[in-house]
Amino acid sequence: MPSLKDLRNRIASVRATRKITAAMKMVAGAKLRRAQDQAEAARPYAERMERMLASLGASQQTLAGAPRLLAGTGADKVHLVVVLTADRGLCGAFNSNIVRQARRLIQDLVNQGKTVKIFTVGRRARDQLRRTHRDRLIESLENVGRRQLAFSDADGIGRRLLAMFEAGEFDVATMVYARFRSAISNVVTTQQLIPVPLPAAGAATGDDLGGAVYEYEPSEEAILLELLPRNISVQLYRALLENAASEQGARMVAMDNATRNAGDMINRLTLTYNRARQAMITKELIEIISGAEAI
Amino acid sequence: MARPDKVAFELVSPERLLVSEAVDMVVVPGTDGDFGVLPGHSPLLSTVRPGVIDVYQGREVRQRIFVAGGFAEVTPGRCTVLAEEAMPLSEIDRGAVETSLRDAQSDFQDAKSDGERAHAERRAGLAQAKLDALKRNPVH
Repeated sequence: MPSLKDLRNRIASVRATRKITAAMKMVAGAKLRRAQDQAEAARPYAERMERMLASLGASQQTLAGAPRLLAGTGADKVHLVVVLTADRGLCGAFNSNIVRQARRLIQDLVNQGKTVKIFTVGRRARDQLRRTHRDRLIESLENVGRRQLAFSDADGIGRRLLAMFEAGEFDVATMVYARFRSAISNVVTTQQLIPVPLPAAGAATGDDLGGAVYEYEPSEEAILLELLPRNISVQLYRALLENAASEQGARMVAMDNATRNAGDMINRLTLTYNRARQAMITKELIEIISGAEAI
Repeated sequence: MARPDKVAFELVSPERLLVSEAVDMVVVPGTDGDFGVLPGHSPLLSTVRPGVIDVYQGREVRQRIFVAGGFAEVTPGRCTVLAEEAMPLSEIDRGAVETSLRDAQSDFQDAKSDGERAHAERRAGLAQAKLDALKRNPVH
């Protein structure tokens, strides 16, 4: 049986914890809104780029000399897994879910006899994967978009990936990240980055071109050669934004739960405290009374 | 197909939608030369070099926007420019650009790795393009 003083101390400390988690929840909520706005604002560019790619790709599929970024290296030996997580924890199972999915993917690839390399963005992915896949981890970044994610952050990663691809360090790149669905749910998603999967052509443009065909300036290949690397950066940017929003959403939920748990705990502790206090008073009374009767 | 009488012009950067309005004509600096887009233009996909986009309402230039390269998609009713960086020409500060050009050039000299060098070179190229745009289109 803990003493009254112990109970008082515990109640005070749980109260303090609750204050912190409640504040963190509010901060996460505010950041979530910002991240969502940013993701919203980035959507038009990605959509339009997809439309362009679709209309270009429709004619490229038949072309023999398609760029390597589109056609691949012709091999399927070395896979690069790009794992995007947050830098910070305290957001429930958010990071673990992404890492678990990444591990499964890596295991699958290894079982198929592929060579797997890992590129992590975010401290949590690095820390968790380093334990089990230290020899496969080739590069890790952290503090990406610490204050606010800029396109140049994603572009930097994209260029890095491209340089590695050009150097023949891998054949296929896949990224794992959490797609934002709502403040309380996100879906861990695996997406192939390189070779670039083409969006389904067809009703891509949504415009009535009156049967006319696109003209290309300077040429189809030249545009594609510029568009494909950009598209990788855009995909990364989108994934990073979705991830950031998901992270804040997950943190908000986790902190909400923590706040509620702390509240429950305070109630329980208060009850125990009051009982103990009552028992103490009763005990003292009995002592006094029996003392008085003895005289 | 009915001939549209306006061009739905959109200028998008990766971070946000910058301009979206119906205009009479847009002149885009394509890699192979400037091209004007009027309503009913034939479908075209082009890369864009760093330069200035002129937006016309009627016969007047309504907006002049600097873009740092990108892509343009033109359909009879639409003109979409995907730009890496864009800002109104009037907001470019010559002094600031000259400083950043010098910075980038000195970074290029001091760069230790290829990555840094390439980065500095890109920044220098961008600043140079801004200066060129200012030179060719003096702001009144």
